[in-house]
Amino acid sequence: MLNLFNKIPDQILRLSVIFVLIIASLIGVRKLFIPKSFGKYGHYRGDALEEAKSIEIKFAGKEACSDCHSEIFYRLQNGYHKNLSCEGCHGPGKKHIDSEGEFKLEKPTSREFCLICHSYLPARPTGFPQIEPNVHHPPERCIKCHEPHNPISPPTAAGCEVCHTLIARMKTVSSHYSLECITCHSVPMKHKFDPRKERPSKPTDREFCGRCHFKMSQAPSYIPRIEKENHGRDYLCWECHYPHSPEGG
Amino acid sequence: MRSSRREFIKILGKGFIGSGAFLIFYDELFAVYRNSEAKGEYYGMGIYVKRCIGCGRCVDACKKENDVPEEPFFFRTWIERYTIWEDGEISVDSPNGGKNGFRPLEVENKKGILRAFFVPKLCNQCDNPPCVQVCPVGATFKTPDGVILVDKNYCIGCRYCIQACPYGARFLHPKLKVADKCTFCYHRIAKKLLPACVEVCPTKARVFGNLRSKSSPLIRFMKMNEVHVLKKDLNTEPKVYYANLDGEVR
Repeated sequence: MLNLFNKIPDQILRLSVIFVLIIASLIGVRKLFIPKSFGKYGHYRGDALEEAKSIEIKFAGKEACSDCHSEIFYRLQNGYHKNLSCEGCHGPGKKHIDSEGEFKLEKPTSREFCLICHSYLPARPTGFPQIEPNVHHPPERCIKCHEPHNPISPPTAAGCEVCHTLIARMKTVSSHYSLECITCHSVPMKHKFDPRKERPSKPTDREFCGRCHFKMSQAPSYIPRIEKENHGRDYLCWECHYPHSPEGG
Repeated sequence: MRSSRREFIKILGKGFIGSGAFLIFYDELFAVYRNSEAKGEYYGMGIYVKRCIGCGRCVDACKKENDVPEEPFFFRTWIERYTIWEDGEISVDSPNGGKNGFRPLEVENKKGILRAFFVPKLCNQCDNPPCVQVCPVGATFKTPDGVILVDKNYCIGCRYCIQACPYGARFLHPKLKVADKCTFCYHRIAKKLLPACVEVCPTKARVFGNLRSKSSPLIRFMKMNEVHVLKKDLNTEPKVYYANLDGEVR
């Protein structure tokens, strides 16, 4: 064995020392730079799994809400919105729970928020409840008529729009959208049963419109005003302005 | 060379023993190349395309849960609207990933819509992930439960994986300068919670579950529906399954 070792030429021996050194340093560098958990599960750092798991959650889940808000939760679970998650509308709730209610969640009440789901789009699935936002009571907030935790349509009004649909539709987009029909028309009960015989009243004079539109009126200031004496004095208001139409003003 | 019958039988016997031994150790030898350990969870997602109403609550929840940058180019999940017009033209749009919902499309020349629908998109968590193959440092990987993750402390931001992903599911995080992508909300599923997008979906268009459990909602989804995956011909073997997927979806 020793003989064999002696037979190796000197230059080869020296070279092999250098090789051994290079290989040793490579192993050393590898040890130094490759993280300990590398290769634990595969060709990656095993600790990365734990790091990914340790991120804090922000959405607590629907069940967590039911602990405190059981009454609303019950209503939600038994209505058309039962598939909705509380946090889908109110935002992530983990912070709210951790702070025991100190941190308040969002309460979206705007019409625009409901329209994200319920405005009409051809791409939405058939049968999904949608409305045409320009016609369906603009710009009223949806929550005025629909309770979001148990959304049902308000009972179909045995009201004026059933027969006077065109006028009602036009009125919803006019400046007078917020006025009830009975603000200007007094309707005798019998009109519903015998509409041609018992007619609702119509305003008869300029003073009626003037209750809101004359200069000295007590009505809110955003309502447009006219001078009683020099604005179309010889005419009745509706001879020029059709009160149901958006262009009425 | 001529051999006697005795020698021939000897050779045959050796062959039998050898191949027997090979078969016994086959599993050990090639275990690396196959998913032989069929234990524990293996996650996937199902999507009912017909249920999606394009409200974008999933996109919003994903951004909030995972601190995804708010700028409108970074999404871990997003919604695409496909509109197929009567003249055969197809338009796909995704304003801000669908995060603020969709508005009606501007129609030119009053052409009619043949059909239209929404398709939620996210990382497909491929079983044969091209992004993992190209990573030069082993910073992106498939976990034992089948989720593709990015090790943000190990990623060097070379963008190879972003190029390699055929689904466009990855982006470079503008602050951290590392690759970022959907993790199936790994921190949530580790706590037995649902991913944020599944949690908030108002029409239950997304189904999350364990592919190895017969009772999971995902297996039920796959039993009851005709499912497709995106870009099947690329052999990436996605684990996000779409029910009622239209042929035009890319």
